[in-house]
Order: sequence, then structure tokens, then C-alpha cells
Amino acid sequence: MSFISSEKIPNNVNLSSDRKLQRALEEWQPNFLDWWMEMGPDGFQKDQIYLRTAVSVDEGGWANFGYVRMPEYRWGIFLTPAEANRTIHFGDNIGAPAWNEVPGEYRKELRRIIVTQADTEPASVEQQRRLGYTAPSLYDLRNLFQVNVEEGRHLWAMVYLLHSFFGKDGREEAEDLLKRRSGNPDSPRILEAFNKPMEDWLSFFCFTMFTDRDGKYQLGALAESAFDPLARSTRFMLTEEAHHLFVGETGVGRIIERTAQLMKKDPNEDARAQGGIPLDLIQRYINYWYSTSLDLFGGEDSSNAATYFSQGLKGRFGESSDKRYPNHREIDTIYELEAPVEGGARLEKQAIPTRRAMNAVLRDSYTQDCQRAVDRWNKILQDNGVKVEIRLPSQRFNREIGLYADLPIDPAGNLISREAFNAQKASWLPSEADRQFLKSLMNKPVHEPGKFANWIAPPKRGIENLPVDFEYVRFEPR
Amino acid sequence: MGETNQTFERINFETSPERYRHIKLEINGPAATIKLNIQEEGGMREGYQLKLNSYDLGVDIELADAVQRLRFEHPEVTAVLVTSAQEGIFSAGANIFMLGSSAHAFKVNFCKYTNETRLSIEDATANSGQTYIAALNGIASGGGYELPLACEKIYLIEDRRSAVALPEVPYLGVLPGTGGLTRVVDKRKVRKDRADIFCTLAEGIKGKKAVEWGLVDEVFPSSRFWQEVEARVKQIAGAGRPDRKGVKLTPLQPELREDGIHYRHVKLLLGPTPRTARLEITGPAEIPAMPSDPSQLGADWYPLRVFREMDDALLHLRFNHPEIGLVLVSVKGDSDKVLQLDAQLQEHRKHWFVNEVLLFIRRTLKRMDYTAKSFFAIIDQGTCFAGTMLELALASDRAYMLDAKDVTIALSEFNGGAYPMGNGLTRIQTRFLNDADHAAAVAKLRGKLDAAEAEKQGLVTAAFDDIDWEDEIRLAVEERASMSPDALTGMEASLRFAGPETLETKIFGRLSAWQNWIFQRPNAVGEKGALTLYGRPERPEFDWRRT
Ligand SMILES: [Fe+2]
Ligand SMILES: [Fe+2]
Repeated sequence: MSFISSEKIPNNVNLSSDRKLQRALEEWQPNFLDWWMEMGPDGFQKDQIYLRTAVSVDEGGWANFGYVRMPEYRWGIFLTPAEANRTIHFGDNIGAPAWNEVPGEYRKELRRIIVTQADTEPASVEQQRRLGYTAPSLYDLRNLFQVNVEEGRHLWAMVYLLHSFFGKDGREEAEDLLKRRSGNPDSPRILEAFNKPMEDWLSFFCFTMFTDRDGKYQLGALAESAFDPLARSTRFMLTEEAHHLFVGETGVGRIIERTAQLMKKDPNEDARAQGGIPLDLIQRYINYWYSTSLDLFGGEDSSNAATYFSQGLKGRFGESSDKRYPNHREIDTIYELEAPVEGGARLEKQAIPTRRAMNAVLRDSYTQDCQRAVDRWNKILQDNGVKVEIRLPSQRFNREIGLYADLPIDPAGNLISREAFNAQKASWLPSEADRQFLKSLMNKPVHEPGKFANWIAPPKRGIENLPVDFEYVRFEPR
Repeated sequence: MGETNQTFERINFETSPERYRHIKLEINGPAATIKLNIQEEGGMREGYQLKLNSYDLGVDIELADAVQRLRFEHPEVTAVLVTSAQEGIFSAGANIFMLGSSAHAFKVNFCKYTNETRLSIEDATANSGQTYIAALNGIASGGGYELPLACEKIYLIEDRRSAVALPEVPYLGVLPGTGGLTRVVDKRKVRKDRADIFCTLAEGIKGKKAVEWGLVDEVFPSSRFWQEVEARVKQIAGAGRPDRKGVKLTPLQPELREDGIHYRHVKLLLGPTPRTARLEITGPAEIPAMPSDPSQLGADWYPLRVFREMDDALLHLRFNHPEIGLVLVSVKGDSDKVLQLDAQLQEHRKHWFVNEVLLFIRRTLKRMDYTAKSFFAIIDQGTCFAGTMLELALASDRAYMLDAKDVTIALSEFNGGAYPMGNGLTRIQTRFLNDADHAAAVAKLRGKLDAAEAEKQGLVTAAFDDIDWEDEIRLAVEERASMSPDALTGMEASLRFAGPETLETKIFGRLSAWQNWIFQRPNAVGEKGALTLYGRPERPEFDWRRT
């Protein structure tokens, strides 16, 4: 009982009068804390971290800053305030009132959608749990933990939905979310990208840049859902997600910036010789994380995607606001793409019904968003006088799911021979040597306020307008 | 009635001998006679004539009523002769034009009902000491032969033209719908190849050959026919049971209200979830002491009355509410009283009337088993699913129980054997087919079981506490109500009858699997299908591919 109070769990879902939710959380919350201690950030649970905590949905209420020990973080439950008389605005049920309860006939689908999304939240915390030991600065260490506690809160947000709307099954699913483990062959996380180890900070920045951005698009699609509590919950999560993407984009950007500076410093423009990360290696990591994240959208031609859209469970990103989507039914429309034919011998333009292509539609908006970040990185290179450019590989490159899965396709999107692919693979995707190199470069943390590892540039400004050399983490005596 | 505005008129299943139009029930000491004299213009609907003693549902409702009344109102009777009042024709079976013009769902329910009537005839012969004898004084064709097949003895007139026949395959491209095929080989044990010939020979088989093949028991020439039949009826009837005093089955007279049908102890309420109904049963209020002759308790006696109401409600559900897919069953009252009543029934079960009541409950529970609706038992506050009433939960596809103080279920002696299903097993045996020991142990459980115990023993599907209850039930109901009605019908019929096959399970199984399928195929009901073209000059055209 003692754990569950609105004081300890900030919320705007009437926790104090919701017996069902209280009862469910009484069981779940201690297990969550156990999970956090076991699988959360390793080695820093006693330290004081300068973190933001959401305490209300009012303006500014979602961003309260202060020092906190992570296990004492106040994970809360927030929904964006309800829109009066909201109606369903896409699919077959257009115009009907949005649902405040889960309709029995969509229970399975909604549960699956929510569990899949929920599973990614603790998974990324698990993947990142040892990165604290090699942080390039206190600023970055704090950002890592900020992302971690907020992924934890996202788990809470999804568990709230499971507890409140899916009865006994929902509670069991919520328990299972704490039992699966990233990369554990016996009980892996649901999606593959969340089972890949993350051993270095370049991977972390790429992950928050590309994989968290998939999260942004998935959440954005769910924010359109006819199931109103899901829509409101994901909408609030998006406000937090923006910071994760910021950490990712600026993290990669600061590495690129530093690399450019070191190249200029070196007579052979060799960043590696100057203790930096060479651009070709960065490009390989971008290739890898971008393509892996594309897989998270699912197959290009998907009956599930069509079902979710027609039932109103999941829309497109910006479905209700974006002028790109004037047609909210998409009954007789088509989507065109280059699909492999003749057993993967060549690519040919093909049309699939738009509803079945909803994963691809969502992925396209994601790609455009990624491209904008890449353009900003190239601007950094340009400003520093480096002629080389970073490129986003083709959506078809290095895919494990969908139409292009396991096909020998080069980063430009051309189908090539298996031999040619294998011969060049090491120049397109991270190799063991790359990993060893990063490991050797990032072998110890930088804990002095305002100091940064040699391979990364400092940020333009600190958190919440604080100076860059602010003491973002206060260590307890070891 | 709310959402269920039918395009057809509501069918009423209550009738009584004074109102019969098509059959005549005569009682003569220990022997009774049911005479078919079906009125051509007396069909339930417009558009067909009941020629040649062919029948429709209206006729079968009368037949079922007669069989039922003979058991309760005329327990002295020991032999029942079924024959025809029309010269040269016993019966041409179910009316083809009626079938041709009926919706599929109606056809299926019609066949199911007529099958249940035939099975009740066999049940009366086997368990009520009322032996049914068919005297075929003319052609008995299709359903007109399937009715005699349900009788213990079949006597056929030998006049060079009267035959027994199952002409469905050669004439109509469908199957006999009332257990004909199964009874020919399973009950009368006709050799397979002879049965094959018989079932493809439209004009049927007559005279000595019919006896030789086992299709009838004896044939008699016209001159001696009635004399011989009467002699046999007399012999089978014996002295009868003049000591027994019948119990008049008074009309149920349910009230049709806006929200559904209201009986004395049963309510059938429609909604609120679309396609869902609630069957709310009230437990016994007080248990009268058992008089020296239990039949004095009469038709108002709770166990008889409540199951008659239940039986009627099931028929209304089937025929008058085709759109209802899910029925939530609840029984509210005092479970001690239910158990007390069970004990009383048990103590006096040797008495014919008590025995008839138990047999009737058994048939009604089977009627529930055979009803193509999903049933969820809802066991919550005030519930009295105990003993006999617990069978309603066991007959349901799922049982949800509220985990709360005072919400309990209980078993009685009767759950261990009084109400076997069509497969010959009790519902508990069928439920725990994987573990006979557990089934035996559960049947012996006495006292009240709370939700945790009921769940542990496997008697309920799931137990939820008050916090979860409403949501879980709502979700389960909405989910069920959204699934394909056809798939659910097939699934439930497959899952309900685990265990051995019996004549009865075969009849219903074949009916739902084969008959229904063939009835839907273009070879039967397509533009050039055999059923469509029946009675017209054109020949049917078949798609010759076998499936
Ligand atoms: Fe997240
Ligand atoms: Fe995130």
C-alpha cells in the first residue's frame, strides 16, 4: 500500500480513487523497482543526477529539474488532457465517437500493439545499462540517465493502459514486460533491434537518433488511435521523446564536428591519428542503425497494418493534422514501390493497396525526418571545411524484415550480386575491428565538469540553460 | 421486441391437443394413437401446401407436444401407435417447397427440432415405458420414413405400392435430415451395400424385401393390416399402468415485453450488447413437502416448470432471435434450496413423475447443448448455480465466476449421472476427459465452492474479483459477439461433444457437418440445383467434382 500514492506517483489519471489501478500497481511497482535495480543503469544508482521529472501536464509541469537518485525517481502516469467529443478520423469507423474503453472485438490487436510498444521501453534501458562506465562527460552521462528514466516512465505509461483496460491478461502482460531481457536467448525482447548489444557511445547516439526516432513515429501513429487513452498517453510520451532524439542527433553531430576539427588538425586529414572517430566508421554505424531501425516498421506489404488502419487503431504520422493525407479512408488507393521479383533477381515497380502499405507510408515520413538531421550534420562538415558527406543509405539496404529482407542490396539501393555484396560489406557495415577501435577509444569515463573526451565536441549549451560545465552528476563517495 | 424486429411472424411453440390441426391423439386404455392427418392448407407460412401428409414445423410442434403430453398426462399409456389418417399415404416427409423457400438458418433449426422430437420418441420408449410403434398404411418417404425409424417397431402395409424410401439423394441432391441414414445402419443395422441401394432408390423398397433388408419389422396384406397391427399393439401395451395419475401440462403463457420474454422463473432479455441476450433464471422460492403421490405437485412444481420455461426460451432463441449469438446464463436464488430440491428429487426418483421430470430436465439440457448460440454462465452475487442448476453452467461454453464472499457453486448427486449428454457421458466426465479420476472426484465434491476452489477444480473458466469483474465480462462479451457466427457454431459444436460417439451425436454431427454443407451447395440450391428444380421439368446440372 505504502508505495502507491499520488504523492509518490505523480499522475493525472485519478490514481487516488482508482482501486483497480492501485491494486495492479501495488503488485507491479515493487517488481518494477527490482527490475530497475537489476537491469537499470549499472553502477550509478546511488549518485545524484540532475534530472527532469514530469509532475503534471500543465505547461512546464512536465519538466521539473533537480537532483535525484534514480531509484527515487518519481515515475508518473500522464495523459494529454482529453479533447471533448473526439471522433475517429480515419479508417472504416470515421465519425464514430473515439473509444474510452477497449472494444472487445479489438482487444487482441490493441493489446498486441501496446505490448509491442511497451516492450521497447525497458529493452533500451537494458541495452544501455553499462554505458555509464565510459561516458565522455558528465553532461552526456546525465543525458543517458535522463533517457533511461524516461524510458522507464514510458513503460509506466504503457503499463497503465494494460492495467486499466485489459483486465487480468493486461496485468500478466505487464509482469512479462519486467521478465523479458534484452539479448537473452531464452526470453528476448520482442523486436530484434532491441536485442542488439550497445557497447559504445557512438551506438548510443545512433540508437537515440534512429531507433528512438522510430519510437517517435510509432507513438505518433498511435497518437491518432481511436482508442482515446492510448492516443492521449502516447501524445504525452512524444513530448519526452523529443529530448531523446535531441540527445541522439546532437551526439552524432558533436562527434562529426570533433572529427572534422581533428581532420583539419591532421596533415593527412586522418581523424583516427588524432584520437578521433573517422567519418567512414561513423557512416558505417549510421548505415547499420538506420537500416536496423527501418525493420522496426514491419513489412512493406502488411495485412496487420491494413487491419490496424481500417479499424482505427493506428493511423499515419500526422493523420489528423498533416495536409499530406487528405484521404482518411484509402479504400481504393495504391502505394508504389520497387519490389523484388523473380525470386529476388531484379526490382520492379509494383503497386499495393495503400492500407496494406501503411508501414511503408510511416517509414517514408521517418526517412524524411532522418534526412533532415543528416543535412544538418553535413552542414557541420561543410562549416568545418570537410568535403565528404554523410549519406542515408537506401531504405532497401541491409534489411531483415519485409520485401528486401536478406537481399544483396547496396547502400544506393541497387540489387547486386551476393559476391559483390559480401566483398564490400565491411566497408558498409560496422566490423569487429570498428568495435575494437571504439572500445579502445572509449576506455574510461570523463567525470570532471566541463571536460569532454577527445572524440566528441562539447554541446553549444547546457541543460535547461545551465552552463556546460555544470555538475550534472554528483557522485557519492565510492 | 427491441432490436429483433423479424420479417416473419413469431413462432409459438406452445400448443395442446384441442388446438392440434394436423394430428389426432387418441387414448384407449394403455394404448394411444397418433394419427397424421396433415391439412394441406394448414402450413405455418404461405407459399406451400402440405400435400401427402408432408410436414412443416407447425406439424412437428404438435407431434412434440403429443409425445410430451403422453408422458406427463397419460402415464398409464404403454404403447403409442403412430399412423396416418390418409388413405395410401403415411407421410411424404418434410415439405420440400417449405424447405426450398426457407432461409438456411431456419432449415437447420427445423431439422434440429425435428431430430429432437424423434429422439424424444426414442427416449420415451427407452426410459418412460411408452413404446412407439409405426403402422405404415401407405408410402413413407423421406422424413416420412425417418419418423417410423425413431419408433421401436415398423409395420408396413403390403399392397404392391406402399414402400419405405429415402429419396433425398436421387431426387433432391441433399441428405435425409432427420437421422435417416444413421438410423438405417446404426439402429436397424441394415447392411452397408443394401443401405446404399436403398438410399439411392427414389421409389424405395416394399413388401417382403423391406422386411428381409431390415427396413421394417413386418409387412401385412391390406386385408389383415389393421388387425395384425392392433394385435401387436395390444401385446406390447399389456395392461398398462392404470394406477398412474397424469399431470396436466398447463400453458406457460409467457409475457412478451419490450425487453424480452418473461416467464415465471425465467427471463430471456435482449441486449444491451448487440447480438447478446441474457437468460436469467430464478431459483426455487420454497420447497413444498413431498406428497405421498408426487404427481400431486403438478405442472407448477418448480423443477418441471422452470425447465419447461427454459425449453421454450431456447426454442424462441433459436427460431425467433436468429441474430442473437451469445447468451449470458445466470441463476439467482438460494443454492441451499436448490440442493434441498435435488435431494428430494433423488429420494423420490423411482416415482414415475419425478423420473419424468428428471428425464425432461435432461432433454432440456441437451437442447441447450445442441443450440447454436454461445453460452457464457455468469456466476456472480446472489448466484445459485448448484446441483441441477449447475448443469446450466457446465453446459455453457464458458463460465465466469465472481471471486467474492458468498459467491459459491455446489454439486449434488445429480451432477454425477442424472443428466448425461448426447455422448452418454456426464458434463463433468466430458469436461475432464483427460482425467477420469479427477472427474470422479469432482462429482463427489459436496459443500460450497468459492471462486478459488471452483477455478482450482476446473469447474469455471475464470474467476475475477470485483475490481476486474465488469471489465473482463464486458471484454469477453464484446469479443465473442464480434466473431463469425458460422465459425463459432462449428467450433462450439466441435468442442462441446468430446468423448464417444453415439447414435445421437452422430445424428447431430452429420446434420451440422454434412447436411448443412450440402444444403448450401450449388448442386442443391444453385440455379440448376436439384432442390431448386424439384417439381419442375428441367433436369438438375451438377458440378461433378467431388470434394
Ligand atoms: Fe520511449
Ligand atoms: Fe525514447
